[in-house]
Amino acid sequence: MSDFLEQVDETELGLTTPHPHADGQPYSEVPTEEQEGGATRRKLPFGTYLASAWLILLLFSVTFTKLLPLDDPNQSFPGLKEVAPFNDPAHILGGDGNGRDMLSRVIWGGRISMLVAVSAVLFGLIIGGTLGLLSGFYRGKVGNVLVSLFDILLAIPPLVLALALVAVLKGDPTKDNGLPTVSILIFALGIVSVPVLARITRANTLAWGQREFVLAARAQGAKNSRLIIREILPNVLPAMISISLLGIAVAIIAEGGLGILGVSVEPPTATWGTIINTGRTSLRDAPFIVFIPCFAIFFTVLALNYLGDVVRDRFDVRESAL
Amino acid sequence: MPVIVRKLIQLVVVFVVVTFFTVLLISLIPGKPEQVVIPFGTNAQRQAFRQDVGLDKSIPEQWAKWVNNFAHGDMGNYYQSSGKRPVGPDIRRAIPVSLLLLLYVQVLSLLVAIPLGVYSAFRANSRTDRFINTSAFAMIAMPNFALALLLSYYVGVRLGWVPPEGYTPIEKGVVDHFKSMVLPTITLSVGLIAVYMRLLRSDMIQTLQEDYILMAKAKGISNRRVLWRHALRPSSLTLLTVAGINIGALIGGAVVIEYLFSVPGMGYLIGVAIATRQYIALQSAIAVVAIGFVLVNFFIDFLYNVLDPRIRERAT
Repeated sequence: MSDFLEQVDETELGLTTPHPHADGQPYSEVPTEEQEGGATRRKLPFGTYLASAWLILLLFSVTFTKLLPLDDPNQSFPGLKEVAPFNDPAHILGGDGNGRDMLSRVIWGGRISMLVAVSAVLFGLIIGGTLGLLSGFYRGKVGNVLVSLFDILLAIPPLVLALALVAVLKGDPTKDNGLPTVSILIFALGIVSVPVLARITRANTLAWGQREFVLAARAQGAKNSRLIIREILPNVLPAMISISLLGIAVAIIAEGGLGILGVSVEPPTATWGTIINTGRTSLRDAPFIVFIPCFAIFFTVLALNYLGDVVRDRFDVRESAL
Repeated sequence: MPVIVRKLIQLVVVFVVVTFFTVLLISLIPGKPEQVVIPFGTNAQRQAFRQDVGLDKSIPEQWAKWVNNFAHGDMGNYYQSSGKRPVGPDIRRAIPVSLLLLLYVQVLSLLVAIPLGVYSAFRANSRTDRFINTSAFAMIAMPNFALALLLSYYVGVRLGWVPPEGYTPIEKGVVDHFKSMVLPTITLSVGLIAVYMRLLRSDMIQTLQEDYILMAKAKGISNRRVLWRHALRPSSLTLLTVAGINIGALIGGAVVIEYLFSVPGMGYLIGVAIATRQYIALQSAIAVVAIGFVLVNFFIDFLYNVLDPRIRERAT
């Protein structure tokens, strides 16, 4: 599990540490368009540091949760029921409706929410990205069939599709049917993200596949596999990363929604969605129980969206080349 | 082949696949579906359930049976240990409520987003523009359920201006009806406003650089008239498409929001069906939503073809 999260951590770091060619030099062949805020293209906007700081903090705490000096997220403390934040020095974020430490629950909950979101998008990226590359490279029949497939998948509202899959695959919650809910969530959200990621990848593959350097490589006798992996993929990657960051944000929100509808991970295990769901019963008296995970989601989504935009601006990603 | 025929064939294919998927849902339930759907029922009830759904038949036969029933308005039953109850009437009651909510949301979003978008395009890169843009960015990142809970708590519970949840039909009092719809409408609109506004802004900034805008200005037409009559019109087409595309996202978002505010639309029905494990109701509701979504997309696509001659030419 921590492997997944660490990988993402590194990607995030890689995005934000300005590497030697980060000023767009190797990409100068990309026709640059007149862009708003063109003056700031060379310097990373200030928000980038804020956004990465939040994500690094979050990823650190959800990866090394076991090493942090936190209370047991499922332990009830006497007298901590609905205690507001900053009232008890031992429990900074207060306690939930069952007297459990909120700080610990939000971090342990974030661990599962992030695991689900990141793995779901990785799943979508591997399948959707491959399909997108193939359908963009081999235009004609293969491409057309794949595109119609994406269109059909996109014909069902994504959240409703994910909801149906999770609800049905979970089946009877009183019986253990082998598949843990976390993997069902990853699978359902992953399936939903496949057509979106595939479309973006395809659009960019179409655009890059017609460039002269691909033709030059082909003229030198490069095989198709080499063309796809060595020539096109590196250029399409920024678009995939950018849309993946947005995808992780969407998946986090989706987990929250599934939690509210009661089909996320079973209680007492905390996820951001289930904390909100159980906290709803005490919304009147202790609204902070609901608002703390809500804001954790908000800041994370904001940071991911922001970084996604930064990547997109920097690499001049086109999304509408279909 | 004329565009309309091709689109119609596409529509039929999508319809078949979508309904096939919804029929398949029941078979995806791990273990025995009848056991999961009626955990406390008698064996006779479970047998009746297998019979109703046609679980002993092949999937294509199940599909044919399902489509036939669906076309005749039979949307299956709620199965409880106390007996069964048809889903159809509930769905027919829920659809208008959801449509009303979607209508309110679209109207409010466009009413707010168009002036904001026009203004920030006109004053691009000014301080106001940057402020509007930044807020829009934050709004998009705000999960709608978080906004729903914030509004429900602060406006509903603390201020007590409107009920924090519940729904009043329009026949039972217009004022109460709007009061019960205000929070769900605002919740769903906020994200959409941000999307529409950003889109309109970037679209209009391009339009405002066209020669005919310069021409209009040179003729001494007032800024207001140039903006609203000359610049907004060509941009409204993009807005229309995006408004159509967003209906899908809206339906998804509306599931959670209707559930949170207890607005008895399709989303609420889906939420309750999941919570009570009424999979047949869930199946029918999802089919209705997906078919509605497919039809809306088809209609928007068609309208787009009619409205914009450039697309018509490219297609033929």
